Amino acid sequence: MAAPETSTAAVPTLYTNNTLRNAFGGVLSFFILLLIGVMAFSIRLFSVIKYESVIHEFDPYFNYRVTQFLAKNGIYEFWNWFDDRTWYPLGRVIGGTVYPGLTLTAGTIWWLLNSLNIPLSVETVCVFTAPIFSAFASWATFLLTKEVKGTGAGLTAAALLAMVPSYISRSVAGSYDNEAVAIFALIFTFYLYIKTLNTGSLFYATLNSIAYFYMVCSWGGYTFIINLIPMHVLLCIVTGRFSSRLYIAYAPLVVLGTLLAALVPVVGFNAVMTSEHFASFLVFIILHVVAFVYYIKGILSPKMFKVAVTLVVSVGLAVCCAVIAVLIALVASSPTKGWSGRSLSLLDPTYASKYIPIIASVSEHQPPTWPSYFMDINVLAFLVPAGIIACFSPLSDSSSFVVLYIATSVYFSGVMVRLMLVFAPAACITSGIALSQSFDVFTRSIKFQLPGISSNTEVDAAETSSATAEAQNDAVKTEKSEETSKNRPSKKSKKKEKEEKPSTKAKAEKRLLALPLDSSVISLLLLILLGAFYVVHCVWAAAEAYSAPSIVLTSRSHDGLHVFDDFREAYGWLRHNTDVDDKVASWWDYGYQTTAMANRTVIVDNNTWNNTHIATVGTAMSSPEKAAWEIFHSLDVKYVLVVFGGLVGYPSDDINKFLWMVRIGGGVFPHIKEPDYLRDGQYRIDSQATPTMLNCLMYKLSYYRFVETDGKGFDRVRQTEIGKKHFKLTHFEEVFTTHHWMVRIYKLKPPKNRIRGKTKKSKSKTSSTSSRGKRSGSGKKNPWQ
Amino acid sequence: MAISRYVLLVFTIAMLASTAISDPILTKVNRHVENPGPLIMSEVLLAFPELQSKNLAYLTASSHETKGKPKGSVVSLPIKAVNLDDRPSAATFYSVLLPKEVAAGESFTLDVLAVFTHALRPVPEQITQADIQLVLYRDSVYYLSPYEVKVQSLSVKLPDSKIESYTKLESTKVHGSEIKYGPYENLPPFSLSPITFHFESNLPFAVAQELVREIEISHWGNVQVTEHYKLIHGGAKSKGEFSRRDFQARPNDRGASAFSFLVAHLPARARSVYYRDLIGNISTSHLRVDSRKSELVIEPRYPMLGGWKTAFTIGYGLPLQDFLYESEENRFLNMTFGSPMIELVIDTLIVKVVLPEGSSGISAAAPFPIKQWQETKISHLDIGGRPVVVLEKTNVVPEHNQYFQVYYKFSGLSMLREPLMLISGFLFVFAACIGYMHADTSISKSSASYLAKQQWEEVQVLIQKVQNVINRCLAMHDNLEASLRDLSRTGDVQACKAARKSADGLLKELSKEMKPLLTSLQAYSSAAQILPKVEELVAKERELQEKVMLKHSTAVEGYERKSGARDIDHRVALLQQKITALKQEVDDLLQFIDDI
Repeated sequence: MAAPETSTAAVPTLYTNNTLRNAFGGVLSFFILLLIGVMAFSIRLFSVIKYESVIHEFDPYFNYRVTQFLAKNGIYEFWNWFDDRTWYPLGRVIGGTVYPGLTLTAGTIWWLLNSLNIPLSVETVCVFTAPIFSAFASWATFLLTKEVKGTGAGLTAAALLAMVPSYISRSVAGSYDNEAVAIFALIFTFYLYIKTLNTGSLFYATLNSIAYFYMVCSWGGYTFIINLIPMHVLLCIVTGRFSSRLYIAYAPLVVLGTLLAALVPVVGFNAVMTSEHFASFLVFIILHVVAFVYYIKGILSPKMFKVAVTLVVSVGLAVCCAVIAVLIALVASSPTKGWSGRSLSLLDPTYASKYIPIIASVSEHQPPTWPSYFMDINVLAFLVPAGIIACFSPLSDSSSFVVLYIATSVYFSGVMVRLMLVFAPAACITSGIALSQSFDVFTRSIKFQLPGISSNTEVDAAETSSATAEAQNDAVKTEKSEETSKNRPSKKSKKKEKEEKPSTKAKAEKRLLALPLDSSVISLLLLILLGAFYVVHCVWAAAEAYSAPSIVLTSRSHDGLHVFDDFREAYGWLRHNTDVDDKVASWWDYGYQTTAMANRTVIVDNNTWNNTHIATVGTAMSSPEKAAWEIFHSLDVKYVLVVFGGLVGYPSDDINKFLWMVRIGGGVFPHIKEPDYLRDGQYRIDSQATPTMLNCLMYKLSYYRFVETDGKGFDRVRQTEIGKKHFKLTHFEEVFTTHHWMVRIYKLKPPKNRIRGKTKKSKSKTSSTSSRGKRSGSGKKNPWQ
Repeated sequence: MAISRYVLLVFTIAMLASTAISDPILTKVNRHVENPGPLIMSEVLLAFPELQSKNLAYLTASSHETKGKPKGSVVSLPIKAVNLDDRPSAATFYSVLLPKEVAAGESFTLDVLAVFTHALRPVPEQITQADIQLVLYRDSVYYLSPYEVKVQSLSVKLPDSKIESYTKLESTKVHGSEIKYGPYENLPPFSLSPITFHFESNLPFAVAQELVREIEISHWGNVQVTEHYKLIHGGAKSKGEFSRRDFQARPNDRGASAFSFLVAHLPARARSVYYRDLIGNISTSHLRVDSRKSELVIEPRYPMLGGWKTAFTIGYGLPLQDFLYESEENRFLNMTFGSPMIELVIDTLIVKVVLPEGSSGISAAAPFPIKQWQETKISHLDIGGRPVVVLEKTNVVPEHNQYFQVYYKFSGLSMLREPLMLISGFLFVFAACIGYMHADTSISKSSASYLAKQQWEEVQVLIQKVQNVINRCLAMHDNLEASLRDLSRTGDVQACKAARKSADGLLKELSKEMKPLLTSLQAYSSAAQILPKVEELVAKERELQEKVMLKHSTAVEGYERKSGARDIDHRVALLQQKITALKQEVDDLLQFIDDI
């Protein structure tokens, strides 16, 4: 608040010195940006303050583990890393299958700090990478929006993005996931594209390719960029906005960008082979054709040009037809038409649920509900249409890009919840434009309506308040950018004469557009109220909804906060009390955490690259005990880990995920049939459940001795009594159960000695003579013994 | 509680008694030495059989005068290990130096305290969750001595009266948990007779396989202690199932030997205490603070059953002035050696004392033999690294919780090194920024674009000046307007005229200032584009100036003639319109030039 004061103090002496005011505007917006960055960082620290500085969720644990490896072994080892602790016995080539952007970023930060003798742990760096990059992302948003609609809109959009809940949900401290850096890379790439488009500078075009490279390194969502930009280029060409700037903005990006993208091992030849990239090459060709046509048009007389057109069209068509025919043949030869499963489910939202249950089973791949829009972008949903309208008046190259961006991302976010994240920056940008433009209109009308000011506007404008001064300052700038963008398509020679007229005209028009004083004051207040509501919602979302690390759960009861730290209890137990090379089987959700926290080999993990392997585990979980034991034994598994929420009411446990195991297992092994587990199409675990369900391994491992806790076996998640209450395990033994029973670990019993000719008797014998004999002797109370 | 954990074996050898404890085990021997021979005796040999000597963790001997107060003057005596060639190699000898020589016929009483670790062996070695832990202790009923023993008795104190079996000799008495042997008289040297005790013990066998204590001294007022524990339950290994249900419902007979918490007695004024492991904070801990001590109760993530392991870290800060002292130019740290956890046996204890960077003349002193060496550690913003004194000791028991000292020299000025480094670092960054902003980084100084850019910068400076002048002119106009307003309020014509006069003078000066600016602007070729605008601006401004003057003089004239306000207004109105229009134009032009 110091800056406005000094400006008011300075004004009477120096009067309205425009340059000085611009300088103040610059300093002011610099400080505003700095504060926005601080806010973006600090609003994401709720998770550290309320919980602890710890990595969240599932995927971040994998990224953390990879970063640890990188920090310990260096970059070359990292590229060649074959991880034998996951996907046993297949293993996984981490260096070639991971998007390295995030890990390399955090690894570099860690290395830099350590070489400055600031010994932070890898974990600390990983935890704070996301907040740091969200500050960067808000600055990138400022730059992008500034290119489109001027500084005011830029600042507003940056402030909105800094706290948009959708982005917070993926970038709180500890949420060390690809998206954390990818959103920054996405926005920054878009900014550089727009900047190149506005300036036509090759320097920015090169930077753009590098930013695109960073994006490719960071996230699979880079395909969004490489499809959206060609779409925009095509739009520009179709609407007759072709210019050399467009060419410079696009051609180097495709050439350099594709070359660089192919350097990333996980992308490799996909950068030229898959259909996701096809659009960019098609547009690249079209752009060249158009550029060639323009060139020919310039050097030939109109008559000759007509001749040339007919010639080129006839030859060109033939060539194009041939090329396209070859391409179609190539594409059609692949079963998925060259598209990856996730991309196909974007184009056809029903695709995944029909063919790939493993994609459909992930909750973040489901389509979002309406409340989640309100939760994630809040009031921006109402501001977006206004922002789109503002983008149309006047429509420039850059503003058409924003319109296209929001239109496509709305669609994508409607298909997958996860892509809400791509939609959020677009919503922030358009809302920022809408807010700043409306502020602009209202403050200007107030200024012109206030009595006694109209004679010397500028003095009063500066004196009234910092807000209006800033708004006016912004107004000046937006006006400028509007004019320049307006004039850009015209030729340079005309520029000078043209520029003066619109400026005076625009001023005159603006005066006519002034709204009545009271209505503009009221609307201004309402807008501020709206903004305040947004801020309150965002802070609430950051503090309450999105800061839970999900490995530590808390519940508030009348006697204070209760902490459920069962996951780490179980992983800690595995880490210290099992052999280093023991294999642990669990559903794939817990694979990353098991490898990272327990340091044990897992069968499947969250990188769901091998459907058959996952189906094997799914089959084992849905088979009866003996069959399951055989499957697990054939995989060298020693421990089986299940997550069970029935005692404390933790809803996302394995029983609730069980149908997906059945579906995925049944997809590969047809003897597992989903209807066997459903009673009249209903999934239930009470006494009405099917015998297949009650005898499957997952049921048994989850509810083993559960009935003893309350005598009835009441499951607090499903809100029923369980169907089969008293049973023994023959092939597994309980070795560890956490404090709240949320994680239960079983050990596979060693195979029994075969006793010839006594197969029938041996059953009863072993059960009484084995180690469990003692337990059954001591536990006489147990009703089933 | 603490006492009941220990197995006390009290030996008494003809008024000589001995005691032992352990993990494990503690022995206390009370010996009465009599010198029968003709020689003067200055030291006493203590012998331990091989079975015990490898478990011996701690040994002290103290004396009190045979006559006089038995408790008042307890002096601990120096002990050293000795190798005797002519003695059986199966025994280890320690010699205790007596405070005064004992002449023939005189007697002397000696208290020997020996602590053994890992002397209790769980039998059976594996138990299920429902079983009770039984342990076996072996010793000799006769105290191993290189001397002839006149009288000896032994009493063994067990933690519990549930004794599975013990060696019965003719003179054995059992009182609850205490078993007494003896007295035996006139035993020859090195007499041995093994005895075993097999008894129930559900005491937690908490053993730290490795404990690394890092004590970091900051002269800014903090001693940071970080302790990394690798813990194991050293009792009977658990086998078979672990049922949480049983453990929760009947903790006393299902997993009775498990321990689920440990207590650490931290020094008073310990602050920012934390308890975590590799995968994050462990939420199950309680800190009770009062003025004398801080008590930290920690629970491992899971209950520790027999053979289970865990690892964790606790850390806390301590106020520097409580632990660091200065003597002459030396400083020394005075801290306890062992772990703050009570009832913990430590197999390997490594204490690292990290001294501030720039310390010199480092030495360490401990009351018992210890392995020590030095390292360097690079920490926050260090250049050369901080010297670290490393002390290592195996088989550490709570009796080792004695003070040790680390002496070093450190100049207070070195404290300022890191802040100064930071300040200079930032200074350098800012200076580099300033330098970069002022430096000309273009490669070719003669290229057209470079020259054009330079020229353009000069033009901009000139335009800036022009704008400045114009703005001042406009300010003058406003002054005149203000004076007119004053006039209409007060009717003070003279003041108004004075204002006019000064304004005239100033405006003239300004127009003089303007002239050279315009001519120099014309000299620049790159100013060609903007020049017409500037000239237009100047012209418009002059026009405006004239109009304002005219208005002013008309108004003043009107007042002098005492014409009605309405009349003046009427006359001025037309001018006012023009002025407003001109002002607008000037504003627009200024804006336009500004935008370029």
